[in-house]
Amino acid sequence: MSALSIRGVRKSFGDNQILKGVSLEAAPGEFIALVGPSGCGKSTLLRILAGLETADCGEIVVAGQDISGVRAADRNIAMVFQSYALYPHLSAAQNIAVPLVMRRLTRAQRLPMLGPLIPGQRKAVAAIKRDVREMAASLKIDHLLDRKPGQMSGGQRQRVALGRAMVRRPAIFLMDEPLSNLDANLRVHARGEIVELHRRAGVPTVYVTHDQAEALSMADRVAVMIGGALLQLAPPQVIYDDPQHVEVAKFIGQPRNNLLSSQVEADAVVAFGDVRCALSDRTIATGTAVTLGIRPEFVGISATGGSGLPARVERVEFLGSEIIVYSRLEAIRETMIAKVSPAEGAGLAAGMPVRLHAAAEHLLVFATDGPRLATTPIATHVAREAAHG
Amino acid sequence: MTRNFLSLGRIARLSVLGLGALIFLAPYIFMISTAGKAQSDIFNASLSLVPQQWFYVQNFTKALSRVSMGTLLFNGVVVCLLILVIQVVIAIPCAYAMAKLRFRAARAMMVLVMLGLLVPIHATALPLYVAFDRVGGLNSYFALVAPFTISVFGIFLFLQFFRSMPDDLIHAARLDGMSEVGIIARVIVPNAWPAITAFSIFSVVAHWNDLYWPLIVVSNQAYATPPLGLLYFRAAEAGDDYGALTAATLIITFPLVAAFLLAQKRFVEGITMTGLKG
Amino acid sequence: MADLVAAHGTIRHAAATTTPEHHEARTAWLLSLPAIALVFLFILLPVAAVIGLGFTDFELGYSGFRFVGFDNYAELLSDRTFKQSLWNTAVYTAIVTPVSIFMALGLAMLIEAEGIGRSFFRTAYFLPVASLLVAMATVWQYLFHPTIGPINALLALVGLEGPNWLGASGTVLYSLSIIGIWQSVGFNLVLFLAGLTAIPRELYAAAEVDGAKSAWDRVRLVTWPMLGPTTLFVTTISIINSVKVFETVKTLTEGGPNKASEVLLFTIYKEGFVYLRVGYASAMTVVFLAILVVLMFLQYRIQDRQVHYS
Repeated sequence: MSALSIRGVRKSFGDNQILKGVSLEAAPGEFIALVGPSGCGKSTLLRILAGLETADCGEIVVAGQDISGVRAADRNIAMVFQSYALYPHLSAAQNIAVPLVMRRLTRAQRLPMLGPLIPGQRKAVAAIKRDVREMAASLKIDHLLDRKPGQMSGGQRQRVALGRAMVRRPAIFLMDEPLSNLDANLRVHARGEIVELHRRAGVPTVYVTHDQAEALSMADRVAVMIGGALLQLAPPQVIYDDPQHVEVAKFIGQPRNNLLSSQVEADAVVAFGDVRCALSDRTIATGTAVTLGIRPEFVGISATGGSGLPARVERVEFLGSEIIVYSRLEAIRETMIAKVSPAEGAGLAAGMPVRLHAAAEHLLVFATDGPRLATTPIATHVAREAAHG
Repeated sequence: MTRNFLSLGRIARLSVLGLGALIFLAPYIFMISTAGKAQSDIFNASLSLVPQQWFYVQNFTKALSRVSMGTLLFNGVVVCLLILVIQVVIAIPCAYAMAKLRFRAARAMMVLVMLGLLVPIHATALPLYVAFDRVGGLNSYFALVAPFTISVFGIFLFLQFFRSMPDDLIHAARLDGMSEVGIIARVIVPNAWPAITAFSIFSVVAHWNDLYWPLIVVSNQAYATPPLGLLYFRAAEAGDDYGALTAATLIITFPLVAAFLLAQKRFVEGITMTGLKG
Repeated sequence: MADLVAAHGTIRHAAATTTPEHHEARTAWLLSLPAIALVFLFILLPVAAVIGLGFTDFELGYSGFRFVGFDNYAELLSDRTFKQSLWNTAVYTAIVTPVSIFMALGLAMLIEAEGIGRSFFRTAYFLPVASLLVAMATVWQYLFHPTIGPINALLALVGLEGPNWLGASGTVLYSLSIIGIWQSVGFNLVLFLAGLTAIPRELYAAAEVDGAKSAWDRVRLVTWPMLGPTTLFVTTISIINSVKVFETVKTLTEGGPNKASEVLLFTIYKEGFVYLRVGYASAMTVVFLAILVVLMFLQYRIQDRQVHYS
């Protein structure tokens, strides 16, 4: 049984369709990153999960129970907000205690002055204090417990927000870009911490981010959402190596994928120079427009001639461990990005003529409306030579 | 800094400001001085500020004996407090609903509020007076307080303030298990003290000083508010007994002025906030 | 209309399902219901009643009343007291509003430019706002007293014979205006001070770099336009407060001498609550409300058209 299933969720604001039927299943303890450009509907989906928005249709099932009609307060779901949304008037300890106070104490027990007189209140409050201290210890924020949010740094606030969300052991854990307000160094550090906390708590987590590096590095599976549709849900490696949609190929990867318009040649063959691959679907007509994708790290550059497509270097970016080369394919007037090692890129400069080549198994072919087309590489003499050499 | 510490421009500026302040404070200076003067003193030497005979005790005794100052101040406090508490209790939930909850009437209510801002008590006094007269409600705290239990200005002010509070804070509270009333009590109010203070100052100043409505509904000294009481006192002291008059004035002006002097930063902030947003 | 809303509320209540949105809407209704009810009871209903009563000859103390159409308004047109009262209110407003605004603006800029004594000056000028006007009017009456008052004593020192400030029909309105200005400058000043501090320092630096050498140039280039919204608001509030002048008149002059200080609210008060001619006073109130509506409307129009700095 999946811990969380989202089935056919749709949402429109006026004529603006934000979610176009999203379905997703999460296994117990799974960490799913929901990634996409801003405005793709990922935050709306998260808010629907939390119960802060209502879907137009579709259902949300947590542990076998449909919670679509349940109010946010009654769902056992915790959330970390982008702004952290800590209560400014409460100390860190009080902030973390709020969800416990709301759930464990009765309305009467929560009353100021009178509350402590109600039987059982003192014991419950003591238990809450103990849980808060434990939570704080595991997040290493014991020393901050008496401070108010205004007196804490961004990183400290983020931890308190995590503590508030985790302390009540929710059924599902939602995070809405929790690291986007941190500076770059802290962000990388916090990634590791959140993954570690998730592993220890074992609560299924949906993590919304627009940062693909976060998504790929943290998640068990990555869900790529673009334009209100979930285009692919797969482990990070699969998302990267084997994108099932041209938008996924375009969105994931830094520097971004090279995408060239091309045409199907005779015998359902797609070619990049003299490198060729055959479409598995042989019925696709010759002349059909397709999009050809090649990751920059798979584009080879040679300045000394030889095989490959002729191009002219436009710009060279030195990044230390690697070099990014932008070169113009003269025949089709498109710019190709190549990521090469400093050794390979040595001596390249703007204006130089070069040749670009790629291996057939690295060609990704997409139909013009987006979906990936299955291919098999066709061995060429270049490839054979390389194999022999 | 030292070079132009007392430049010509600066001297001119300080002189203008100082002279202006003196003129603005003159009524207070004369009030304090006159409250201590004997009748003969007042008639002879109006420009000397220091009384020739110290008549403070006599004048204050007279002021306190003619009108029950204690009752006046007590009425003022009761009426202002009742008005303030009810206004806040009514306005905050409404403003919260309009600012943070989705419901279809919010827009119509905004129109209602804007219309309400336009209507002062002077415009509604006639029918309200007739109504209170019909139900025999004149001369009561109820009559003094009831028309002001709703402050559309309060709703407007809180609405503006709540809108600037982040939505995520309220969402977090809902996820933490709070009801909407719980959110108001535990999240909104503790974070809205600047607005509440500002509104309180605005409301208390307005109603402590209001003469129009008390004048209309109260004819019994027992329910007189400070401005009304002073009016009675003036009527009773028809002559020019300015010693006693200014003593009474001093007593009645003192509470709010003292409050202002003690918390002037908050006062000014409050007036600025209510002023600029109103 | 109140019934309509209440009925609407109950329908929604009955139809409420368990979805969070319905719950939210229902909670919103419950939270705002007391306010809505009181707005209807104490604002909308009375305003409607005033408009309605304006068409009747209703007098308190007499049992019946009848509709007289526009007779009350026709009577207003020929009512010399009312016309005098409108005129006096206009004169009072025309004096108090501009003087208190420019005085407040000038003082605010001086205080803003001055390093020392800021809070003292602010307090001094603001004190009248926090003081009980009825009480301070009494002090002003003493200050203005023709024979024993310090003002005339001061004038006598320089050989001038002071007027009978509050007692002569030629000067009474001006005397009241002085009190009005004294009372309202502090309020405007505090608003202008807030507006001035909100102007970014960089703008003055930029103006200087761009060649605005004199202080006057910088005021024209930066201060005045940036204060646009504040000025508009202060102007509206000042006009409205001047139109609502009542306390000083009631306390000091009772409209006299010889109706020289009859102002709108005092006339309404007298007709309605002293002579108890509720119908006629209602018609006056409608005129008063119309003035307020026009003023507000003008403010909105100007705000929409010109003040786009914020």
